[in-house]
Amino acid sequence: MTDITQLHRELVNRVLDSDAQAPRELRRAAFDNAGLDEPVRTLIDKVARRSYRVTDEDAAAARAAGLSEDQIFEIMVCGAVGAADRQYESALAALAEATGGR
Amino acid sequence: MRLDVLDRGHPLPTKALFGVIRVMSRQPVVDAVKLAFYRKDFYGAGDLTHEAMRGPSAWSVGDRELMAASVAQANQCPFCIAAHSATSGLWYDDDAKVAATLADLDTAPIEESLRATLRMLGKLSREQSIDADDIRTVLDAGVTPAQIEDALAVCLAFNITARLANAFDFTVVGAAAMTAGAKHLLKRGYR
Repeated sequence: MTDITQLHRELVNRVLDSDAQAPRELRRAAFDNAGLDEPVRTLIDKVARRSYRVTDEDAAAARAAGLSEDQIFEIMVCGAVGAADRQYESALAALAEATGGR
Repeated sequence: MRLDVLDRGHPLPTKALFGVIRVMSRQPVVDAVKLAFYRKDFYGAGDLTHEAMRGPSAWSVGDRELMAASVAQANQCPFCIAAHSATSGLWYDDDAKVAATLADLDTAPIEESLRATLRMLGKLSREQSIDADDIRTVLDAGVTPAQIEDALAVCLAFNITARLANAFDFTVVGAAAMTAGAKHLLKRGYR
């Protein structure tokens, strides 16, 4: 079978803890989709829960709030990785429960 | 592409590589490639996606590409639906099977194990979580726990990718470019 355990851990560590342009606290909040202020809150909530609704205006609002394009890039990646990570962990927990941890 | 840095922010060697790709493939560089090559030290999910899609698994490459297309559909992501439908169809040499699966999973001409797995991945992608009963349904269809883990790895990769493709507004290119991309993904994978 495939084994993404290490690659998955490395991806999460990179987006949250590497030296990047958005502050770590902001990246963590985007990853968790929690504790964000507008307009970033709307942008990241859309990335996490209905990405097809993200608009040019959402990105423009984040720019107008003082974020650089690279910072916006980083928090959008964090929002996507965090949401997918929660889905994945939910499913792995369900699998462990269904198989009795075998 | 919604962010200019993803279109034009690459360093010169990467821009030169894009030029080579344009000349060799006679197609535009698709937005997925621009994202994959942008700040790999930050995002760089290619290795994870490659392992999920091309690593050793009881699922065929075609099955996993179909899972990717199905997860993309649950995320309402036109770019990823087109790209991975094309890749799955090319692997199976059966575009109709892929189209039928995305049109109506209940009646699609696929094995029950794959059908149950796709149903589970769709629910996880749409509703954000699943429970042990959802997993038991898949096990009852003859899918092994290892196969479920492999399918969940594909689902993780494409729940990230499809979100980003939507969020960054990837352009859906024409059929010729999608076919060229599908051939590349079958030959080289995602790294």
